Amino acid sequence: MSWISIIASGIITYFSRMAMIALIDREMLGTKVKDVLNYVPAAVFPAIIFPGVFFNDFGNMVELTDPKIYGAIVALTVGFYSRNVIATIISGLLSYWFIIFFLLK
Amino acid sequence: MHSKKKIFFQGIIDVLPHMLSVIPFGIITGAIGIDLGFDPILVYATSLIIFGGASQIIFLQLLSGGASSLVAVTSVGVINSRHLLYGAVLSEYLDKLSFIKKLIISYFIVDQGFAESNKYLKNNKTQSNSHYHILGTGITLWFFWQLATISGIVLGSFIPEELGLKFAIPLTFLAIVVNDIRKLDHVFVMLVSGFASLILFDAPFKSYIILSPIVALLAAFIMIKIKK
Repeated sequence: MSWISIIASGIITYFSRMAMIALIDREMLGTKVKDVLNYVPAAVFPAIIFPGVFFNDFGNMVELTDPKIYGAIVALTVGFYSRNVIATIISGLLSYWFIIFFLLK
Repeated sequence: MHSKKKIFFQGIIDVLPHMLSVIPFGIITGAIGIDLGFDPILVYATSLIIFGGASQIIFLQLLSGGASSLVAVTSVGVINSRHLLYGAVLSEYLDKLSFIKKLIISYFIVDQGFAESNKYLKNNKTQSNSHYHILGTGITLWFFWQLATISGIVLGSFIPEELGLKFAIPLTFLAIVVNDIRKLDHVFVMLVSGFASLILFDAPFKSYIILSPIVALLAAFIMIKIKK
């Protein structure tokens, strides 16, 4: 049963990747749709970021003093000024570790 | 003129920083599969056949928790439906390719690869062969994802849990959108998406992952209408 589920999941996932690229004719999308598509990164990624920062492993909202929130603020600031992906991720992790290993110990 | 090889390598370079989060996440994914008691080959098959980070973990967790296959497959479908949005954006640049090439490239459409390639393609609209950038980001992500999940399957969760490396996931996506907070209209759409995801978090089948972007795109649509 597990194998059938994996293959079914694989087919559905591949279809989600392929459908708009290979099956839909670009001309079918109106200019309004194309304008809205400019915002896809802004619309998709915060829905991954916010729960990752504001919820814990059990799906409960964290307190406003949670180390993840400070880590995210540091990463946001460093990323804004540096425009560098590595600096953004590392600064967020380091500040998060600094809080949980030194300040909270 | 840019050669195919040069564009491909540019894709590799552009996505490489994201391996900081992809590699630990892959190791965790492989290790979780083994911890849940699945056959190593079956765990690895999810990386090869589904090839979609979070959806693989949720798939294995649901099956091991006794959920029906239908629930597990539906959840994967819902979580991964966001690729439809990526495809709609990228189709602009892949229009002229043959059907077979479109089918091959599609397998390699992944979040971070989409984000980095989309930035590159926007800045090089008139250039030919720019789809090699998508292959560069996609194949890099694929390679490191396979390697990382295999390491997690074989070696177990050798990354101490206390490090909280799961936090690298939101950070990698934050690094993707952080440049756009210079544009107010994008900030508005991001906030709508972010708050929608907090409100919709408990919706069934993890559907907040696709519902929040839909709400945010509707907000973008209304915003564009008002601006005109």
